[in-house]
Amino acid sequence: MLLTDNDLQSIWLTLRLAGIVTVILFLVGTPIAWWLARTRSHWKGPVGAVVALPLVLPPSVLGFYLLVTMGPNGPVGQLTQALGIGLLPFTFWGLVVASVFYSLPFMVQPVQNAFEAVGDRPLEVAATLRASPLNAFFTVALPLAAPGFLTAGILTFAHTVGEFGVVLMIGGNIPGVTRVASVQIYDHVEAMEYSDAHRLAAVMLIFSFLVLLVLYLWRPSPKNT
Amino acid sequence: MKSIVTLSIAVALCAAAHTVRADEIQVAVAANFTAPMKAIAAAFKKDTGHQVQAAYGATGKFYAQIKNGAPFEALLSADDATPIKLLEEGAAVAGTAFTYAVGTLVLWSAKPGFVDAKGDVLGKGDFRKLAIANPKVAPYGAAAVQTLTKLDLLEKVEPKFVTGENIAQTFQFVGTGNAELGFVALSQVMENGKITKGSAWVVPGEFYTPIRQDAVMLEKGKDKPAVIALLAYLKGEQARAIIRAFGYEI
Amino acid sequence: MEPIEIRFNIDWPGFSLAVDEQLPGRGVTALFGHSGSGKTTLLRCIAGLVRAPKGRLVFQGKVWQDDSTWVPTHRRSLGYVFQEASLFPHLTVIGNLRYGQKRAPADIPAEQRVSLDQAIDLLGIRPLLDRKPDRLSGGERQRVAIARALAVSPRILLMDEPLAALDLARKQEILPYLERLHDELAIPVLYVSHAPDEVARLADHLVIMDGGRVLASGPLAATLARLDLPIRLGEDAGVVLEGRITERDTRWHLLKVDCGGVDLWVRDTGVPTDHPVRVRILARDVSIVLAPVEGTSILNTLPARILSLGEDAHPALALVQLQAGQSTLLARLTHRSADHLRLAPGLPVWMQIKAVALL
Repeated sequence: MLLTDNDLQSIWLTLRLAGIVTVILFLVGTPIAWWLARTRSHWKGPVGAVVALPLVLPPSVLGFYLLVTMGPNGPVGQLTQALGIGLLPFTFWGLVVASVFYSLPFMVQPVQNAFEAVGDRPLEVAATLRASPLNAFFTVALPLAAPGFLTAGILTFAHTVGEFGVVLMIGGNIPGVTRVASVQIYDHVEAMEYSDAHRLAAVMLIFSFLVLLVLYLWRPSPKNT
Repeated sequence: MKSIVTLSIAVALCAAAHTVRADEIQVAVAANFTAPMKAIAAAFKKDTGHQVQAAYGATGKFYAQIKNGAPFEALLSADDATPIKLLEEGAAVAGTAFTYAVGTLVLWSAKPGFVDAKGDVLGKGDFRKLAIANPKVAPYGAAAVQTLTKLDLLEKVEPKFVTGENIAQTFQFVGTGNAELGFVALSQVMENGKITKGSAWVVPGEFYTPIRQDAVMLEKGKDKPAVIALLAYLKGEQARAIIRAFGYEI
Repeated sequence: MEPIEIRFNIDWPGFSLAVDEQLPGRGVTALFGHSGSGKTTLLRCIAGLVRAPKGRLVFQGKVWQDDSTWVPTHRRSLGYVFQEASLFPHLTVIGNLRYGQKRAPADIPAEQRVSLDQAIDLLGIRPLLDRKPDRLSGGERQRVAIARALAVSPRILLMDEPLAALDLARKQEILPYLERLHDELAIPVLYVSHAPDEVARLADHLVIMDGGRVLASGPLAATLARLDLPIRLGEDAGVVLEGRITERDTRWHLLKVDCGGVDLWVRDTGVPTDHPVRVRILARDVSIVLAPVEGTSILNTLPARILSLGEDAHPALALVQLQAGQSTLLARLTHRSADHLRLAPGLPVWMQIKAVALL
């Protein structure tokens, strides 16, 4: 076997993290994207900017703020302690929470664009065909925005797989819990275990490429309707 | 009028001559030595006119960069192994390595009174997380593991480890309270020769192999007077006073 | 059928709408006007797609909108046909039809319920059912859209320029289906259009709009025959008369149509003899003589009496309103001719009608 058990463990952890984050972001990002695509509120600008922040913020900034806010003296940390969850840093779910923030724009922006491209008309048509707004959302807006969801899912998953800085800041590098593949590679490099680093990096590279390739090939071509 | 012109030219020439003599030195410095290095660089510039361009970071990363052609002329390593490795591989100049500082390990908590004077808190196990630097790559991490082995506590506390990639990140884990305890560098918690924040146990030197931080001249800095001057300066009493004030021994 | 009460006031930058009308609760009512006249916005207000503040809308005794009531679009019993067919691209034709049909409320009385089969046959789209919208022509798409609107069994059908996006051939393809709707459906239809020929063919009632206001509202024939409307139909000024076929001349392929006591010869288009028909007579095709002329090629020369004279858009031209039988017609001539013939209200004259279009 080319990869050590630790490497395999880190890959499995990475896939689990990316999968869970993608699912959560489908649920969390879709309403945000819908609101951003349809609102005329003057909050649209500020909310859109906040969602986009992780695109420009260095991971170290985000990671540091998360570490502080989720820590015992931070607001999130006090909330999670009061709820009996304990503290989030150095836990798998802490990574999930951090990654949800970090990958948020990668979900919201493609979905928002897709909703904007759908426009008002199909929803008006649905209303005249006696579909309630919620019903129209599920039967018209979602199917018409499906390509945008696929793109968003690909980007979110890939981006979470590739996440490093934030994980390093709040993960604590615990094997099987927070030591994802990117951190494992970094460890190998730092320890000057270059051949180990190469092997794992190559696996990550090939895997990422294949996932993207498959999804891009499957992606339906836009229709002129 | 003529005398003023002559004077101006003389001043300009002097300035030019000064610029020629005052060199810039590219130095890679271990992250834990950031604060003392800044103080030393300022003193060095005042005494010699040479400007130190320091990059602060992880020693392992510097090693990779040096091996791949980074323009560093000297390395102030966080350990004594990396300079030896560079010497063996011909990237450093033979006979130039020396210990510029010896790190001191402390068990530290941001909470006052949490750590007792003997470090018994470790044995009681009344804490959620213990932060250490990655022992594979960071000398302070290796020293922490040695200490725990010596105390016969390694197996007991290992499940509570959270690992920082370097000693700075480890300090961050403890400083933000996310880990109640951590093994960090004395230099990180010392201000003006005193531990001012939280509570700490200075781990006795016999518990771990001394954390020697060695400096070495790199091939790119060979025969450069300014680099030679800097390394000599580090061995001088003025620099050593600064180094000690920041919590290192030498 | 109870009239539809509408009162809307909208004041947007660059656009305003101020309408307070009663629209007939039966037949086809055309909302006619130039683009920007507010007719589409009015239709969207009625559908609930635009919410005019402080508006009022009562349909068949049910308040759809007033100060305390707002019935959202999906709870209004209406069918809506948009200018572009706007079919759902992810559904087949039958999927589009079923979308609204299965959401129609269960309490619709059986006689008002439109079955899928009825809607499909009325619009002649049975061969298209399994196709996706991107495999349909523009005309086919619009027919599916109309069938889809009907399949929700609406109590009113709102149509926003359903033919405007189509070329002439596609229009001709769809107009017969719209006429069938007119003949076979009991529900009122509000039909937004800026095309006089569509209005002449389909409407029973005409509402003329300009600048967000209603200029005139009344039965089609009477409204078209008015002289006082500031809106000028230009070359399209003319009247529409309802009539029945009284004679079919097979030798010359002509039909004799009795329009309220006026007998007109028109080209035989093959319509069944028992079928009520409409004819359209443009003002520019009517000329006036004081006595019948011998040796003319014009088929329809009829006695009439001058009702009134009015101005046309161009200062050289006059519009003359004429009474023949129970019908009112318009003639366009020059002021010079009117003066020469000493035309005045009450004067008996003869109309020479150069062209009569059987609609």
